[in-house]
Formats: sequence, C-alpha cells, structure tokens
Amino acid sequence: MNVITVERKILEKNDEVARQNRVLFAMHDLFVINLVSSPGSGKTSILEYTLKHLRKEINVAVIEGDVQTDLDAQRVAALNVPVVQIVTKGGCHLEASLVRDALSSINLSGVQLLIIENVGNLVCPANYDLGEAMKVVVASTTEGDDKPLKYPAMFRNASVLLINKIDLLPYVDSKVEALKKNALSVNPLLQIFETSCVTGEGIREWSNWLLAHCLHQV
Amino acid sequence: MHELSIAQNILEIVAERLTADQREHVKSIKLRVGEQAGVVAESLQFGFHALTESTPLQASVLEIERVPFVVQCQKCGGQSTNDAGIFFCSLCNSDNVRMISGDELEVIAFEVFDEKEATI
Repeated sequence: MNVITVERKILEKNDEVARQNRVLFAMHDLFVINLVSSPGSGKTSILEYTLKHLRKEINVAVIEGDVQTDLDAQRVAALNVPVVQIVTKGGCHLEASLVRDALSSINLSGVQLLIIENVGNLVCPANYDLGEAMKVVVASTTEGDDKPLKYPAMFRNASVLLINKIDLLPYVDSKVEALKKNALSVNPLLQIFETSCVTGEGIREWSNWLLAHCLHQV
Repeated sequence: MHELSIAQNILEIVAERLTADQREHVKSIKLRVGEQAGVVAESLQFGFHALTESTPLQASVLEIERVPFVVQCQKCGGQSTNDAGIFFCSLCNSDNVRMISGDELEVIAFEVFDEKEATI
C-alpha cells in the first residue's frame, strides 16, 4: 500500500480565482461586498435602498446571483445601475469563477463599489470566497433570533450584520438584543446595523458606513 | 448541497495528482474537515459516490477526519472547545478568543494499492 501525501485545500481552485478577482478589484480601486442571507430576508430590498442612497455619491455596479430568473436584476436595472445576472440553474451558491465570468460583462472603469448579491442560502456561500473585501450578512427579525447559532459559519465569516425588518418587531417573537448577543457569540467583531426597508430606518447609517469604507475614510 | 461541488473539487485534485493507472487502485482518500466547516460528512460521501460510480474511482472511499472547533483564549491563554462554535473560553468565561481549528477543508493523502496487491 502506498500513501501519497497531498495536503491541499479542497477549494484551492476557487480560492485561487478569488485571489485573481481581488487583484483585479485592487487594480480598479474597487470596493466589493458579498451580500449573503437566507431567502426572503430582504437582501434585494436592502440593495435597492442602499443603491438609492449611494448612487448619487459614487458609481456602483451589481452582480445578482439567483438559482433561476433575472427578476432581481430587473429591479436593480430600474434604478439605472449597471447589473449582471448570474443564474446558477440549481447551484446553491456563487463561486469565484462565476463572478470572474460575470465581470467581463461590466465596464469596471470608474466603478467604485461592486455589490454581489449571493444566492439566498445561509450554508453554502460561507465556504466560497469570491474575492470580496467583506461579507455582509442579512438576518431579518421574522427568521427568529437564534439564526446565528444555527448557522455559525456564515455569521463568523461576515464582517457586517444587517438586522432587517425591524418594523415588524412588534409582531414577532424575535428580540433584537438576543439576535445581537447570539451573533456576537459566534463573531465578536461583527459590525451591526438595524434596518427596515419599509420605514427606511437604519439605511442611512449603513449606507454611510459602507461609503466611508469604499472611499477609504476608515 | 454544496457537498457535490466539494466532491467535484476533490476529484479534480485526484486527477491532477494521480496517474490513470494509480486512479484505478485508490483505496481511500483521506480528508480533514473541521466541525465548523459547514460540511455534512454523509452528504459529501453521497456526492462522492454519485460522481465516482462507473469510474476508475468507484471502489475508493472517503476517510473523513473531523477536526474539533478549538479556541485559544487571549486572556488566560488556555485552549478550549465547544460543539456550538461559540467564541467563548470555557476555562475563564472570556469571549476574547481566537479560533485555532475547526474550519479545515483539506485533502491530506491518497492510499493507493500496489499493482501486486491490487491483482490479488
């Protein structure tokens, strides 16, 4: 019997493409975030609100990832923001190579912020680096305040948590303080914002924070 | 179900590292998978078998070593573990800890029969 030692990361190919993406982003001085969450948490609504807030300040482009349809890309295009839709046709996450291929459809010159909206899934996207500067995870109040404990990898790999649908707090059992405590227990460094895409609450704070990072002011 | 994609990545590493002849004789592929890597061992086995059926690797198996989630406390210096992936030192109750293992996702080695053994 021969034992052949390998010692390689299983996802090293993805990591390598992510590294190349990161080099490309750096060449264009492009700040990139990877927006992740479970389906229905309000990612696309947050994206729309964020774009409305930021599009007058900086040039933004969007990559949309969905299992099927270009409905989200249509919503973004309606805001006159350049957008490319990736349809994964069953794939449960975006991979770095899909993002690389989508980038060929975007004119990156002048773009300062690229927002990648991942497939709605709190498990699989956690493993796949796309080359982003940071992952931003959305958890809505209707999902329950124990989500970070159930899906710790995603919350651990994220830099920012947006607690969305806070306008619904009077009607649900979730407690914002419990959600924050649970999230910080798996990632003490998480930056947390509370948002509502009905009242618009918190969008300004989150968007300004993102803008400051994008412009290297922090 | 990203385990299928992970299994595909394992097969690509096999294809790069082993000759066609060696691939016929793989007994096992040893993996190291962290408890907090977000990978279900059973799903990975299922995906691997689905992809290797009727191929030279069909008799091979995945041997998965699970690596516990371990944190190093920045306050008391101790190491501790918990099943939930919580950033917490169970020795001194501090939350000022650094993760030192638990998110591994690696191919460690292939175990390959010698031709002589394989023909027995």
